[in-house]
Amino acid sequence: MTPLSQLFEKTRSENRAALIGYLPAGFPSQQECIDAITAMVEGGVDAIEIGFPYSDPVMDGPIIQAAADLSLSQGTGAREVFSTLAAITHMGTPAVVMTYWNPIERYGVENFAHSIAQAGGSGVITPDLTIEEAQPWRAAVKKEGINSIFVVAPSTKDDRLEQVTAECSGFIYAASLMGVTGTRTTVSTSARDLVSRVRKVSSTPVAVGLGVSTKEQAHEVAQYADGVIVGSAFIRLLQESQSMGEGLIRVRELAQSLAQGVRR
Amino acid sequence: MTVNQSEIIGHFGPYGGRFVPEALIEALDSLTKAYEDAKADPAFAAELDYLHRTYTGRPSIITEVPRFAEHAGGARIILKREDLNHTGSHKINNVLGQALLVKRMGKKRIIAETGAGQHGVASATAAALMGLECVVYMGEEDTKRQSLNVARMKLLGAEVVPVTQGSKTLKDAINEAMRDWVTNVDSTHYLLGTVAGPHPFPTMVRDFHRVIGVEARAQVLELTGKLPDAVLACIGGGSNAIGIFHPFLEDTSVRLIGLEAGGSGINSGKHAATISGGTVGVLHGTRSYVLQDENGQTVESHSISAGLDYPGVGPEHAYLSDIGRAEYQAITDDEAMEAFSLLCKTEGIIPAIESAHALAGVMKLGRELGPDSTLLVNLSGRGDKDVDTAARYFGLPL
Repeated sequence: MTPLSQLFEKTRSENRAALIGYLPAGFPSQQECIDAITAMVEGGVDAIEIGFPYSDPVMDGPIIQAAADLSLSQGTGAREVFSTLAAITHMGTPAVVMTYWNPIERYGVENFAHSIAQAGGSGVITPDLTIEEAQPWRAAVKKEGINSIFVVAPSTKDDRLEQVTAECSGFIYAASLMGVTGTRTTVSTSARDLVSRVRKVSSTPVAVGLGVSTKEQAHEVAQYADGVIVGSAFIRLLQESQSMGEGLIRVRELAQSLAQGVRR
Repeated sequence: MTVNQSEIIGHFGPYGGRFVPEALIEALDSLTKAYEDAKADPAFAAELDYLHRTYTGRPSIITEVPRFAEHAGGARIILKREDLNHTGSHKINNVLGQALLVKRMGKKRIIAETGAGQHGVASATAAALMGLECVVYMGEEDTKRQSLNVARMKLLGAEVVPVTQGSKTLKDAINEAMRDWVTNVDSTHYLLGTVAGPHPFPTMVRDFHRVIGVEARAQVLELTGKLPDAVLACIGGGSNAIGIFHPFLEDTSVRLIGLEAGGSGINSGKHAATISGGTVGVLHGTRSYVLQDENGQTVESHSISAGLDYPGVGPEHAYLSDIGRAEYQAITDDEAMEAFSLLCKTEGIIPAIESAHALAGVMKLGRELGPDSTLLVNLSGRGDKDVDTAARYFGLPL
């Protein structure tokens, strides 16, 4: 059982949702990324999703695109992603990598899964890998004993939902709405419907992402989901702050606020 | 590739497939079904055929170019004149086909990406013809380079959205179109302009362009009494090439040659020759050859021709290259511009710079094979849009 799966057992026993924070590796820089994640964990984030910055991120809105571009311009690649992952897991925090498919294929499917496991990572979220194309990946994650996390969407039909969720371990990533990452003023009602449809076909924990940025939204989602994923809101604080010191304070405060929100 | 993916629909050997957010699967499945239903419905083919005859200007003619051929080893060279289609290129073939499908699906809004603007103009044209809302995504750099086409699209009633992300060119326009599609998939059809992207696009777009090869094959047979020795076409994403190649696939005596944009030369690193100079990867929803670095990040392409300036290529071309059925060669900017100038001055035809890559290819092949050979070239577009670029290249005062 991965540290991620253990986390969901713990949060279920505590009658709350897990708070999962996202940041792209190498943003704002290699070390500052780790500093920001430390602040997130200190503030109460339970698990970390490290993004592998990619040149063509079709699921991401402008906030994450800008962060990924900055990270790539500083030369972030697989080595930096894995070293960031290792730094987080050494702190005792469960962590996964979120990556578009091409960097995995380029690195080598088996090698990628192996490097995740070596760095203590619990698994990988693959937002553009369809189950039809997943066979080599399926074998690699099984061999390494890590979690395979696919994304489901409000448009996913019930029969397909059953197939996709059957491929997931650790948690199922439920996209709250039809759209890309970014902060929204309200959480779409489609999120609750999607989670309830997932519950009918799977007992794997479900975490909701896309558009969650406030304590109130986290609290609302925590009523029906096992996990709340927040990314763009943290990145925006770091982008807006005048200094890294200020950014870290604001990131810690947001984490504290969200951590209160996920407690039912 | 450990699985036998050729058995899965939408694959060409190990290439093709679907690498997209789950949110799009339902739309791709519906599109696949709508397309299959349309293919089985004689009324759909009849309507498209009627539009092609009365609107596109099909069949497009073939033109033999003996004065040009004197510079190509005296080979017999025949051009398939897709440049004479309405809107000035082959792009209209696919756009009208997909727009008819949009009507069948009951959607009211289309989005499209464009590099040089040809696909954007064709999409805006079809939207005007069929009363659809049209939004075209175009890299900010390209909107500056191709301001005439931006104006054309606006005149036709389309909204043109300059894309400021990433490299601000075609690949980023595709990214932004896909983001729009993920968000508005219920109301919107993504009218993809080439034989790339997730299934069913590579197959469907190819089928809409097969008319080029079907007509040309019959026309050459009628003119010469035999099949050509080779068929040549330029390749960016590869839509005009697959359109003319596909009906010749079973004619194993006919060489199929795709001419990629070699830019300043493959060794310079500044090119868009994806098959000649790229590696296998996944971009924009499909597995094919890609220009990428060691981390799988897409590398920017370079070409004097905006329509070939794309770091990916259709998956069927990757497959045809691997199995040896088609050959792919790179043509540099300079070689393409020499052929461009030559066709202007010997035949009175101003070709698109994209198509000039195919003309440069036929000059080389003609010199190699000599006067006994018959070579068919797809003249995929006309050069009106390129007058500015060409004048600058040749140092003409504007």
